[in-house]
Amino acid sequence: MPHAEDRYYVPHSSHWPIVGSIGLLFLMVGVSNWLNGAGSGFWIMLVGVAVIVFMLIGWFGTVINESTGGLYNDQVDYSFRMGMFWFIFSEVMFFAAFFGALYYARTMAVPWLGGDSNNFFTNNILWEGYEATWPTNGPAGVGGDFAVMGPFGLPLINTVILLTSSATVTIAHHALIAGQRGILKTFLALTFILGFVFIFLQAEEYIHAYEAMNLKLTSGIYGSTFFMLTGFHGMHVTIGAIMLTIMWLRVMKGHFTATNHFAFEAVAWYWHFVDVVWVGLYVFVYWM
Amino acid sequence: MTTAVAEAQDAHDEHHGPEKGFRRWLFTTNHKDIGTLYLIFSLIMFFIGGTMALVIRSELMQPGLQFVHPEFFNSMTTMHALIMVFGAVMPAFVGLANWMIPMMIGAPDMALPRMNNWSFWILPVAFGILLSTLFMEGGAPAGGWTMYPPLILQTGDAFPFLIFSVHLMGISSIMGAINIIVTILNMRAPDMWLLKMPIFVWTWLITAYLLIAVMPVLAGAVTMLLTDQFFGTSFFLAAGGGDPVMFQHIFWFFGHPEVYIMILPAFGVVSEIIPTFSRKPLFGHDSMVYAASCIAFLSFIVWAHHMFTVGMPLSGQLFFMFATMLIAVPTGVKVFNWVATMWRGSMTFETPMLFALAFVFLFTIGGFSGLMLAIAPADIQYHDTYFVVAHFHYVLVPGSIFAIMAAAYYWLPKWTGHMYNESLGKLHFWLSTIFVNVTFFPMHFLGLAGMPRRIPDYSTQFADFNLIASIGALGFGISQLVFVYVLLTAKKGATATDRVWEAPKGLEWTVPSPAPYHTFDTPPKARIAEEAFE
Repeated sequence: MPHAEDRYYVPHSSHWPIVGSIGLLFLMVGVSNWLNGAGSGFWIMLVGVAVIVFMLIGWFGTVINESTGGLYNDQVDYSFRMGMFWFIFSEVMFFAAFFGALYYARTMAVPWLGGDSNNFFTNNILWEGYEATWPTNGPAGVGGDFAVMGPFGLPLINTVILLTSSATVTIAHHALIAGQRGILKTFLALTFILGFVFIFLQAEEYIHAYEAMNLKLTSGIYGSTFFMLTGFHGMHVTIGAIMLTIMWLRVMKGHFTATNHFAFEAVAWYWHFVDVVWVGLYVFVYWM
Repeated sequence: MTTAVAEAQDAHDEHHGPEKGFRRWLFTTNHKDIGTLYLIFSLIMFFIGGTMALVIRSELMQPGLQFVHPEFFNSMTTMHALIMVFGAVMPAFVGLANWMIPMMIGAPDMALPRMNNWSFWILPVAFGILLSTLFMEGGAPAGGWTMYPPLILQTGDAFPFLIFSVHLMGISSIMGAINIIVTILNMRAPDMWLLKMPIFVWTWLITAYLLIAVMPVLAGAVTMLLTDQFFGTSFFLAAGGGDPVMFQHIFWFFGHPEVYIMILPAFGVVSEIIPTFSRKPLFGHDSMVYAASCIAFLSFIVWAHHMFTVGMPLSGQLFFMFATMLIAVPTGVKVFNWVATMWRGSMTFETPMLFALAFVFLFTIGGFSGLMLAIAPADIQYHDTYFVVAHFHYVLVPGSIFAIMAAAYYWLPKWTGHMYNESLGKLHFWLSTIFVNVTFFPMHFLGLAGMPRRIPDYSTQFADFNLIASIGALGFGISQLVFVYVLLTAKKGATATDRVWEAPKGLEWTVPSPAPYHTFDTPPKARIAEEAFE
């Protein structure tokens, strides 16, 4: 019988993808109905979420069993790595759309509303007296007066937390390679705890913005870009922290060896990715 | 190896036949099954989208309103475009990639077979949701496939369904593209280095990169539409400091690479077919690769040529005009290479070659009208007229669709193990080619005379050319039934040999016809040098 190393690996047929599609169907139809004002949509959405969670557990469970069963060779491992790399690239491009919107609004849309470039009459006739500044909620002052979220305080603390967590996950990775399971467990736990602390502080910041600063998603273009960028980032941190927790549970069960720990590395890459996005956010949303 | 693992390995070795019944198609991880699913899905969507086109052409057959409500007419133009772009052309090329890339590079299957299944099975969900909007309060989306705000925000109940179906199409495309890139980069037979890859594989590698780069941007754009509509954001609201034109920038940052996503694999197909039937190697294989890469790069910096009339600064118009014209250089390299491949070849004209030749001629016409549109001052005259409709239908129908047809005829014997009916294939070709020109060529004149797109009624001066275009559309639609008949009888023809054609190059012709369920269990090291690159 040929050894796993010199033959191709092709998995069995699987029912998980079709389960995932059914989950997506319920999720999307549910959310759409809910947005259209049908209360039942919320429950359809929850069914979809449940099916997708069931699918994720089942699908990843299958892959983990195949991996620990020794069915995978280096080629499969490399396919997974490249797949994760390109997935993260697609995520980068998703954020690029929102960073692009922020850039366009700040350097073009808002100055033009203020009469810049060839838009003298736009300003004069449509929005007389509007002076382009940033941050702004537009010439109509959509959402009312608001205070600006500065770079210090919670955002700075969150920056330190996220950068620290990037270091701790790297320490955990080195410990895994060196076979120091104790350090691995401690620092991986530290990483996801820092992640959840970040999410908690982000929630505090949002509450403060809504209650004390009148800064809301509806506060014109500033509120839109602020909450959509930080919100999607927060969503990714949440997903990353959950994945880190699962990696920690797998470490506790004795999974991963010094040479075979792709899932751990994929999550670490993902974590560094949300970290880099945060640095971009901190510079362009909070600071500049 | 432990006993348990050995048993698992044995069980794995035994699963090589397909499963029985519907389970085979729902649960499959086999690239050929999934490729077939993609191709059949795309054919169904081609006919649904085509029917919508016929509704449009029926209404436009004469001036005045006769068959449909104007609102429904607008739904038809919107849905026709969404279905043809995301449901017909893109899945057809993904289906061809699934079938052919593993065979061309000596791989057993795609790199991530389970995800491959999921990429396909998301599509029926996405298009089920999209088509269901036809029956909703307020009708199907009618603001155009480009979904420009604020018009698209007037969509009725269909609005969130439209947004989420676009999200699903994006998820499916991104997963499909990741799979194709990883397959090409990681699953090639050992001595097939990059510049020795068949050109179809190369064009798909570049296409997949474009897909991963721009589909998430489309997802971002439609997400902003969703939050503007339901959550009070101001991305596209000038009163709040946003700008409706910003949507157009984000959309076309996706949209322009998207048109190359639909044409680069077509270039690949044509570059496979012309050498076979000219009995000469492809002229300038490497320059084809570089040209495709240049086109991909340029596609990221030309998007605003779709928006010359929105009032951008002069410097912007100039930049996007010249950058757009640059694309003619690598595209010209490709066209000249195809011609040079045919030069002094001993050519024969089987159906795939006929479609490929028509592609070279008619796509080039579409390319030239594109150059005309690229000229910013002239575009102000053509913008949003039937000239634009003529232009993009020339690159998409006798461009992308003809390449898909050519590919289907070229590889059908490899898929089924039987020769298709050559006479009917030729009939299909001639009917398609005549009617496609009858349909779309008069649209150039209509556009230059000033007939606007997306309008159900028109001034009587446009009546004659519209009647001709409508007759052509009906003829084109009916002649596609010949193709369906050819497919249905595909297994009745003579048994195909392994090579099928006289002297095709490439690994896919070294395996039996029909290709076995699993093509390569071990890397085909020795065969590469002998067969593929003499």
